[in-house]
Amino acid sequence: MTSVASKPSQPARAESAPAVTASQPSASTAAPWRAYMPLWLASAPAFVLFATLVFVPLGMTLILTFYRFDPTSGPIAAFQLGNYIEVVSSPYYQTIFARTFGIAFVTTVACVAIGAPEAYVLSRMRDPWRALFLLVILAPLLVSVVVRAFGWSMLLNTNGLVNQAFALFGLGPYKLEYTSFAIVIALVHVMLPFMVIPVWTALQRLDPQTEQAALSLMATPWVTLYRIVLPQVMPGILSGSLMVFGLSASAFAIPGLLGGRRLKMAATAVYDQFLGSLDWPLGATIALLLLAANLAVMLTYYRVLERRYARSMG
Amino acid sequence: MRRNGPLALAFHTLVILFVLAPLAIVVLVAFTPDETLTLPTHGLSLRWFRAILDYPDFVSAFFNSVKLAFLASTLSLAIALPAGLAIARARFPGRDFLNALMLSPLVIPGLVLGIAFLRFFAVIGATGSFAWLVVAHVVIVTPFVLRLILSAASGLDRSVEHAAFSLGASAWTTFRRVTLPMILPGITGGWLLAFINSFDELTMSVFVTSPQTVTLPVRMYMYATESIDPMMASVSTLVIVISAAAMLLLDRIYGLNRVLIGNH
Repeated sequence: MTSVASKPSQPARAESAPAVTASQPSASTAAPWRAYMPLWLASAPAFVLFATLVFVPLGMTLILTFYRFDPTSGPIAAFQLGNYIEVVSSPYYQTIFARTFGIAFVTTVACVAIGAPEAYVLSRMRDPWRALFLLVILAPLLVSVVVRAFGWSMLLNTNGLVNQAFALFGLGPYKLEYTSFAIVIALVHVMLPFMVIPVWTALQRLDPQTEQAALSLMATPWVTLYRIVLPQVMPGILSGSLMVFGLSASAFAIPGLLGGRRLKMAATAVYDQFLGSLDWPLGATIALLLLAANLAVMLTYYRVLERRYARSMG
Repeated sequence: MRRNGPLALAFHTLVILFVLAPLAIVVLVAFTPDETLTLPTHGLSLRWFRAILDYPDFVSAFFNSVKLAFLASTLSLAIALPAGLAIARARFPGRDFLNALMLSPLVIPGLVLGIAFLRFFAVIGATGSFAWLVVAHVVIVTPFVLRLILSAASGLDRSVEHAAFSLGASAWTTFRRVTLPMILPGITGGWLLAFINSFDELTMSVFVTSPQTVTLPVRMYMYATESIDPMMASVSTLVIVISAAAMLLLDRIYGLNRVLIGNH
């Protein structure tokens, strides 16, 4: 009886199933699930756990930002905006926030410049190579970020391979470790897959015939790339850069290991407050301001680019 | 399909070198016979791997991490499997909210989750508790499990289930003998991905681990900020080997490209 409607198209399947059961008088096919596992029972543990562990800790952290910190007795319950005023008005934290967003911006630009062309090159390869290199680019995602940061600190230190290579040309040694440059390089390494994945996905959806058509109409390969391919992968680049920017701005391990003790980013400043000077209210304030600033930057970026993109397509 | 030109291939080679360089140097330096972080120019040695065994901090952190990752990914599966099936197959009030709620740890930075849990644990008096560390890891790995279960369950041909049902199989039998085998790759893939992510997690754990419950990435982070010797390279090499093994397994079971890119 169910075989009548057994071959719906792939995406329509979820919608088609209730239609099938609706036409059947018997309740037997309606929901095998409901028979032995009521929905509320199935999803209740997840619901309770996540509602508790997402909202309660975040709420407590928000409340903490209004507390007053006393060096001898710790946080004191209060409602005042002193922590916000301190972070916003102090040149020390202004520098840290400017550096954090500067580094995140440069990292995003570098990831677009490297990741988007690389995804395009990958998409034009033939298959054993294509699968292999895609794996090489993506697999580091699953290797601990501490390991990768440590690898870069070995490459970039004064006696490292990069400086040895410079020495061959009679240059250097340069101080590379504990600089913004080192942080950007390592961040680009960590974030590159987040740019390659969405661009790759967009390229998979691209109809190769549009490229062929442009070429057959005597467009040069560069014009084809710029006028045909680029507009179509733009959504991928957009979502990739949002991801890269957000993750870079709140990155912890890379600035912690490659920035040294003095070159702080927002996340390492939060760490110092929490585990160094134990000023939790101030640390929580920095973290929530980072989150808010991050959201604001990303939303603005999204709005502006979306509008420009819509205009150029319209 | 058009081929890549020499310029494109040169660019590609540089990118691949860039991606592999930091991992390659870690593995090479791990085999140095010297006291310092140098490339092994005169012979290879396993001395820095042996040194790990004499450094109990790394050994106990390793076992903490394995235990934590195992418990967190298993518990996460126990929660996400029924919820994921309910989300994938049925419409009920709060369905979209539950879905968004369970995926939300993906978009909240680990830093913010870390301090939020630290504060939460301090308020409820659970600071330094291993059980609560497991719970915190369940929260951050569940999105990965849920995504794989959702994609496995929504790609399922339901007519098979209906066939089993119409042939008189009970609901439980249908689930056990028909549904479960069909979504098994999604389940095992999700578990493995959760395991890897829990095993590697640093930013949140750095805030919520105590000296007794410290995990391997946190211990490595602290070690790397204090002293630099080749033991850091040998531990890193072991981590790379474990990650690579888990990746190969994941690739066999579910397909690594499908896990990392999504389904097509």
